[in-house]
Amino acid sequence: MERLYAWIDDRLHLSRLAAVASKKKVPVHRLMPFYYFGGMTLFFFFVQVATGILLMLYYRPSADEAFESVEFLMTTVPFGWLMRSLHSWSANLMVFSCFAHLATVFFMKAYRPPRELTWITGVLLLFLTLAFGFSGYLLPWNQLAFFATKVGTDIAGAVPFIGEWLLRFLRGGDRVTGGTLSRFYGWHVAILPALTTLLLAGHLLWVQLLGMSRPPGEKQRSGRPREMPFFPHFALRELFGWTLALGVLAALAALFPWELGDKADPFAPAYRDIRPEWYFVFMFETLKLVPGGEIAGIEYEAIPILLFAAAGLLLVLVPFIDRGASREGRSPGFTLAGVLALVYVTGFTAWGYRSLVPFWIVLGTAGLIAALSLLTPGEETQP
Amino acid sequence: MTSPSEVEPGAGRPDPLRRRIVDWLAGLSATALAGSVFFPLLRYLSPPRIPEAATSQIEAGSANDPELIEKGFKIVRFGSEPVILVRVGEDDFRAFAATCTHLDCIVEYRPERKVLWCNCHNGQFDLTGRNVAGPPPRPLARYEVHVVRDRKGAAPTLVVARS
Repeated sequence: MERLYAWIDDRLHLSRLAAVASKKKVPVHRLMPFYYFGGMTLFFFFVQVATGILLMLYYRPSADEAFESVEFLMTTVPFGWLMRSLHSWSANLMVFSCFAHLATVFFMKAYRPPRELTWITGVLLLFLTLAFGFSGYLLPWNQLAFFATKVGTDIAGAVPFIGEWLLRFLRGGDRVTGGTLSRFYGWHVAILPALTTLLLAGHLLWVQLLGMSRPPGEKQRSGRPREMPFFPHFALRELFGWTLALGVLAALAALFPWELGDKADPFAPAYRDIRPEWYFVFMFETLKLVPGGEIAGIEYEAIPILLFAAAGLLLVLVPFIDRGASREGRSPGFTLAGVLALVYVTGFTAWGYRSLVPFWIVLGTAGLIAALSLLTPGEETQP
Repeated sequence: MTSPSEVEPGAGRPDPLRRRIVDWLAGLSATALAGSVFFPLLRYLSPPRIPEAATSQIEAGSANDPELIEKGFKIVRFGSEPVILVRVGEDDFRAFAATCTHLDCIVEYRPERKVLWCNCHNGQFDLTGRNVAGPPPRPLARYEVHVVRDRKGAAPTLVVARS
């Protein structure tokens, strides 16, 4: 056994790697649990890769066969329903933990130098995750997916100047057809995974190289900063979290198998109460509010779309705009902007689901959480 | 790196002009190479335009179609475009492009409100196709409906035509 280890060590330098890993420390403070969202997202990504590859064994990407192949998978293939449910649920949980990771990293101002590149790759990975969600949504070729894709690609078409090219590029033609399906399949299983792997490698490498950031507020506390070794202390906690995540995922997938709906029909009206996946609902609700009209050759509907694009760009550039935080100072303006964005996104999302959950329940819950967080005294500073 | 002052001008160094020309040629070749790679790639990515036969009119079934009577509308294929055929009254049929002018969804008819309604973003059109509420920026294109009675006793046939 020892000889085997020595043989491997000579070739892979495991002991050097172990020496590096043993030096890595994770800051310990009251906001520490938020560090787990990144690892959680990674876990769901692994689940996506594994279940996605398994789904490819039965899926057929064509307008005539896609719906039928998923139907066959769900009804006839042993545990086919489970694989698809896991893939769909894990996708949603991955988007959620991605958003949570983004929000917590933003509020802890972890994008301060020297971690700008970690932030940028992170935001780009979030966009890729949404692109995965959007492209994967069409693949079962059901009615809901068909309309979501029609609307989503038409939104791209509203962009001034390049809109028409973009729309045809996305759809693979003028309309959403089987050609669109082939295209989305290619993006979903080849192009996006390749880009994600590349960015993820950078993202993780930088996290390892630079370590975890200590929030500015925690730095100002008196006393020696506490920390714990990454391996095994933090890694084992992370493993516990992953096990928990697997449990939640399996329970959701088994108890609420993902529905398939009706096959896409280009000659049927959109049905009532139609809405996209929850993570696009805030944009969807915003678009509903914009009236029809035109100003200086630009249709009104293009304005929110351009604003969303600008917001995305700003998000990428946050580390370079937030001068206060980059000098290790305070930047309350950015915290406020983050809170407002959060209120807008959660508020509009809740509004979009008002037919399922009355809006006053959402408002009441939010008020209760806000009141509790204000009333709860902060942790005493350790002497 | 040696600074220029340490070396005699011209000693062992290539002629600056010749170097500039070589640099320029190398840059040009690299640009041409990149162009010859990316031009076909970009063209490949944007799909070809396929001309479609223009449809001028279609037969849309019987005026007594139970679906049409029960729901007040049906969607028919006009070439590759969906067209909504609305039964406003006993003898009053109207047809419009069924694709919402907002974001491409397919509209339905709500007889209780007498509007064409898009469920995606709550766009509304009246029975002349005019966008009356919600986000749609333009009216729906109108089609002509002809009620054809060719045989005595048989239900009339509806024919939808481009107006």
